[in-house]
Amino acid sequence: MPRIFYLLIAVVIALAPAYAQDADLNSLLETHQAKIEKPSRRTIGPVLDALVASQLPGVAVFLEKWREKDLWQRKADGRFFFVEKADGGQLMLIDVGSGAEAGLADKKDLKNLKPNSGVRGVIAGALVQFQLSDPDPERRLQALTALERDPDASHLSILRAAIESETDPAIKARKERLQRLLTIQFGSDQQTRVAAIESFAGDPGVDARAALNPLLSTSVAVFNEKPDEDVNVARLLVPGSDIETEAAYQLLVDAGKARPIVPLDARKAALVENIENGMVAGIPVAELVTQSARDRAYLALAADGTVPPLVTKEEQRAALADHVFAEVYAEPDQVLTTAARETLANISGTVGFYQFVDLALDGLSLASIYFLAAIGLAITFGVMGVINMAHGEFIMIGAYTGYVVQQYIPNYTVSIIVALPLAFAVAFLAGVALERLVIRYLAHRPLETLLATFGVSIALQQIAKNIFGTQARPLTSPSWLDGAWVLNDVVSISYIRIAIFVLALAFLGLLLFVLNKTRLGLEVRAVTQNPRMASSMGINPDRINMLTFGLGSGIAGIAGVAIGLFAKVTSELGSGYIVQSFMTVVVGGVGNIWGTLAGAGMIGSLQKVIEFFNPSNTLAAQTYMIIFIIIFIQFRPKGIIALKGRAAGD
Amino acid sequence: MERSLFARQPSVLIFIALLAVFTIVMVILSEGFGLGLVSTSTIKILGKTLCLCLVAIAMDLVWGYCGILSLGHFAFFGLGGYMIGMWLMYERTKDIVIASLAGGELPPTSEEVREAIGSQIFGVVGGSDIPAIWYFADSLYAQLALVVLVPGLLALVFGWLAFRSRVTGVYLSILTQAMTLALSLYLFQNDSGLRGNNGLSGLQNIPGLTEVPQSVVSVWFFLASALALGLGYVVAAWVVSGKFGNVIRAIRDDEARIRFMGYPVEAYKLVVFTLTAVIAAIAGALYYPQAGIINPAEIAPIASIYLAVWVAIGGRGRLYGAVIGAATVSLLSSWFTGGQVPSIPLGFYTVNWVDWWQVLLGLGFVLVTLFAPKGIGGLFDRLVRKDAAS
Amino acid sequence: MNFTTKMKIAGAAAFLTSTILTHSATAAEDTIKVGVLHSLSGTMAISETTLKDTVLMLIEQQNAKGGVLGKKLEAVVVDPASDWPLFAEKARELLTVDKVDVMFGCWTSVSRKSVLPVIEELNGLLFYPVQYEGEESSKNVFYTGAAPNQQAIPATDYFLEELGVEKFALLGTDYVYPRTTNKILEQYLKDKGIPAEDIFVNYTPFGHSDWSKIVGDVVALGADGKKVGVISTINGDANIGFYKELAAAGISADDIPVVAFSVGEEELSGLDTTNLVGHLAAWNYFQSADVPVNAEFIEEWKAFAGEERVTNDPMEATYIGFNMWVQAVEEAGTTDVDAVAEAVVGQKVANLTGTEAEMLPNHHLTKPVLIGEIQADGQFDIVSQTEPVPGDAWTDFLPESALLESDWIELKCGMYNTDTKTCVQLNSNY
Repeated sequence: MPRIFYLLIAVVIALAPAYAQDADLNSLLETHQAKIEKPSRRTIGPVLDALVASQLPGVAVFLEKWREKDLWQRKADGRFFFVEKADGGQLMLIDVGSGAEAGLADKKDLKNLKPNSGVRGVIAGALVQFQLSDPDPERRLQALTALERDPDASHLSILRAAIESETDPAIKARKERLQRLLTIQFGSDQQTRVAAIESFAGDPGVDARAALNPLLSTSVAVFNEKPDEDVNVARLLVPGSDIETEAAYQLLVDAGKARPIVPLDARKAALVENIENGMVAGIPVAELVTQSARDRAYLALAADGTVPPLVTKEEQRAALADHVFAEVYAEPDQVLTTAARETLANISGTVGFYQFVDLALDGLSLASIYFLAAIGLAITFGVMGVINMAHGEFIMIGAYTGYVVQQYIPNYTVSIIVALPLAFAVAFLAGVALERLVIRYLAHRPLETLLATFGVSIALQQIAKNIFGTQARPLTSPSWLDGAWVLNDVVSISYIRIAIFVLALAFLGLLLFVLNKTRLGLEVRAVTQNPRMASSMGINPDRINMLTFGLGSGIAGIAGVAIGLFAKVTSELGSGYIVQSFMTVVVGGVGNIWGTLAGAGMIGSLQKVIEFFNPSNTLAAQTYMIIFIIIFIQFRPKGIIALKGRAAGD
Repeated sequence: MERSLFARQPSVLIFIALLAVFTIVMVILSEGFGLGLVSTSTIKILGKTLCLCLVAIAMDLVWGYCGILSLGHFAFFGLGGYMIGMWLMYERTKDIVIASLAGGELPPTSEEVREAIGSQIFGVVGGSDIPAIWYFADSLYAQLALVVLVPGLLALVFGWLAFRSRVTGVYLSILTQAMTLALSLYLFQNDSGLRGNNGLSGLQNIPGLTEVPQSVVSVWFFLASALALGLGYVVAAWVVSGKFGNVIRAIRDDEARIRFMGYPVEAYKLVVFTLTAVIAAIAGALYYPQAGIINPAEIAPIASIYLAVWVAIGGRGRLYGAVIGAATVSLLSSWFTGGQVPSIPLGFYTVNWVDWWQVLLGLGFVLVTLFAPKGIGGLFDRLVRKDAAS
Repeated sequence: MNFTTKMKIAGAAAFLTSTILTHSATAAEDTIKVGVLHSLSGTMAISETTLKDTVLMLIEQQNAKGGVLGKKLEAVVVDPASDWPLFAEKARELLTVDKVDVMFGCWTSVSRKSVLPVIEELNGLLFYPVQYEGEESSKNVFYTGAAPNQQAIPATDYFLEELGVEKFALLGTDYVYPRTTNKILEQYLKDKGIPAEDIFVNYTPFGHSDWSKIVGDVVALGADGKKVGVISTINGDANIGFYKELAAAGISADDIPVVAFSVGEEELSGLDTTNLVGHLAAWNYFQSADVPVNAEFIEEWKAFAGEERVTNDPMEATYIGFNMWVQAVEEAGTTDVDAVAEAVVGQKVANLTGTEAEMLPNHHLTKPVLIGEIQADGQFDIVSQTEPVPGDAWTDFLPESALLESDWIELKCGMYNTDTKTCVQLNSNY
């Protein structure tokens, strides 16, 4: 009995949506149960239409819950519910239609429905009309976002109606912008569309280009003598220069205006088919070992009429000459395409400028990372002439310190504030230990220091692996560093990179201050320039060496926290930066902070510029950069900023 | 006239004799030719180790004797491997392709064969065209010449540029490191024409010798490696023993003084740099057919640093030191990572050698540099001197 | 100069070395040796150590059940150190010195290609547990990870059908798996009517960390009004930087969805995923699969390796491969490679997602394809699950591979040309 009843309702709903107002949401859902259970972007449309058309009061709430993956289904009878947590691990069922409580249920008797994001997008689209004028600004924004993602013609009038009543100026501006975008795509009269198009001149937004570009989509068409009157021609194509002759000829073939070329493998197949007694057209098979012999055999067969003849070059040329090729706009209205083309040309100028700005920001960001990674090395290298291959591992130590701190201090902001000085301290101590235990004894043998510190480097790496495991460890930035500073759709830079830039700047200032304005700095400079003289002036070079080494290592530790925040914390984190750091120091010039800055700036921006010209091949960019550095060192073997006089060492 | 090389350098004779005895013993014990007490896998490891010893000698020549700490000599080693690998791969594939195309109804044309070889070799990098640098790949002799020519030319050009502008010391080390990094990054690209990260593989299968078992092939390569090492040792000893050797040692000790004495320092350095690059390349060309695969990771900077470490551990400035260093470290590495060294249970923690070997190795480097600056070879020297005294 | 003394020392040293290197040639007969060939150091250790632990756990469990054929299993763990030639060397050592009966190992395709000639020469047996690019079938290898048609193609279909993506960014690490997969996908997309200019391909080196430019390029792809989707074959720890940059750029999965083939629970455990919610991964297994056998597996794993550890797809592949091998050995009654290899084909093992895996004659498995959305807790919400799909060694979407077929039972060939009806080669391509 009930089944017939439902069937009746279904029929009523299907026939006369207006009457469905009286029907219950639950029964409406039941008719679409299968499609709601296993929704797909392709099949959900009619269900949503039916729901919206029913104008039942609970539909909007239902759709929202569904989209948020908060809809549940009772396995026993397939009924849909919302749920609330109840005592004893059970769930309180909430009736979809009335919002009333409908008894408790065990979680295992229920199934949580999780529509995929494609379906959620469609649901969001259906929700637009409910939400666009909702009193809650949050919902209005949601609706706008959904609309921006996937607009259709029906939304234009809804949106226009929703602009008047908008009170929030920011949302209103967004609505108006969206209205103009929708007008470009779906507007009905030429004039308003052109006006909307032109209003976007100089606007670098991706959405503006996304609205304009489809107007200019073209296809290649072939015409007999000249393009037909009613098509909107973008440009004529000359075979051989604008379009490859093979492609052009293929177009003719596809249009039925020319004979198809017999491809190589088809010719081979034809030869195979016509083998008779080990011969093809009188030529023994064994002789067909060159292409020319095969061509001869094929021509012989063609002369007999057994196979279709080849299309000669002359024939192809003649066919091409008889026809006109043109790129044709899909949009027939020439006024619109012209306006769109001009506006886009204008936009591309703006975009080019912003791309340059973005590239500069990227380069700056990369340079500040290189600077942070290399500056510690520059100090130890400059002051002590020591190549510390374990420098990368000090970076790693800093990053792991950050990770360990986060295990104990769950608040990310506090943990970063604690981690930075702690990373400095830990790496400082490690550096001092290394200096005291190893490097001190190798003072006059820089190349051997290189080997000893390399040994330390591989030992430290493996120890880190044994302690922390080989998996990458999370080092999470505080939420205020999430996201990016966005100027427009072209220029943006993540806050974390800005923070690293600021950090690099701070360290530059700090080091300059320490080296130039403090007693320690004076002594360090003295030892750098002439250790023997310095020691006879009462400076203890041993102590200075230890402190400088500690300082350089400590900064590496801080760099580790910074790098870990934007990339990954693994035991190999440091080794990825070591060669880059060396090159930064060498290119910049040893023993000089400004030199390191110049080196980092040059390498960072250069890498970005090369990447810009060769976007799909980052490896090539790195290769070219290194080759450039090798050549650069030919001309300035002591780096950009070279020490002069005795300090230069030789 | 000067005394003969062996009289000036008695260690050469000892070394050659030891090497010969070792080689003969191993062949007698091998699976391929003898009693079968030493497995093929061991023969391969030993053969590869001999090649590493040869490149270590080259490193010792350039660093220990001439004072140029090159952190890029593995680039030449790898290039040598690539050059021979091209022939091995091309010919092996050609055999397979011809055999498979022979099943068709028409005999294949040379274009078809070439295309099939191309798609077989370069299918993994999404191509089927044979790049121009493979032009000589079907000729063993041409590729053998390239084994010497390509790395030699690279070393010549690079060395000329670097020495000309008087890049020395750690700067030169970093520059050579940059060179090998650039080369490995370049080769990592898929369109470098050498199969990108896949490298060249299956190199242990020698074209035309598919019927010969690996137990025999491995012994051949072992013998060839021993021969190359012996020759390399003699050449290196000859180079360092005469006047030339004196000059390069003097350059190591005080470059400026030698320049003021009128010696063309740059030319000397260039000769040593190029010669050692060629030796490294020959070692590489023997090594990779035994390893079976070469890929750009082989010439990453760390490989060359390891090379320097071997020489340091063995004791630089003595040719046998380089050999000892390379052999000791690489054999120990192989042993410790082989999973056959028993773990040490400490109750609260079990020391797994696979996990701790790298730590041991690293600390070993530190200890050797600190306490035995002349390396293991230095200890040897002391032993010999005691012998002589007694 | 005491020449003879030195000779003696050297001779003794040489002999010592050789005995050390061959010392375990005489293995104890009462155990079955299982070789574990996963990198424990170097760049791949991040992924491969987990699989080593998985094999050790499975061996421990099997031994607790009484072993195989009444013998205990004994693991021989070696460390090829992410060094591809070393894989060949260690494989040879495992087969000839340790005389293992079966090996579980390899992750990257290069390492597999390095090992292939050795195991084909010495007739070893390898279970390879990672999704890979296909275009291979060796007599001596069983591929328990996904072939492209069990991961890449269904995921692309999902993009096309369910998400309505019209423009594709194929981002990958520069090596053979992304290259081949993207080549197949490009052809597949073109067949589906996506024009070539709407497919953007980019390769980055291993461990790449500077993603801002590439993420910016992907955003800019949306400039012609088509919905953009990213198919990521980015490998290993480079993913972490990529996702961090993606999150920072505020790219929501609803704007530009990213589906990854190499990102699982393990990779996400190094990340804060709150900003990545909704991005996708395609695998044959997710830890979140709600099946009793999976719950049991997770519990055992956590007890073995630690409470914070997660499970992932290659672990499931290892699990299936191991169990198939055990069943096959029991069925064949011997560990002889030829007998076992023949017995493995046709074995059925319950997988961890509620269906059954069967080994096909082409040495690939039947596997269901699951698509999951990343959740805030680092797990995946399964939004799509298919019936088990038979793995295809040679893809149907590249013209030269479509002709090829692999069947080790009927045809006894891994590379059979159905056009000329000949076996192209018995050994595999390496």
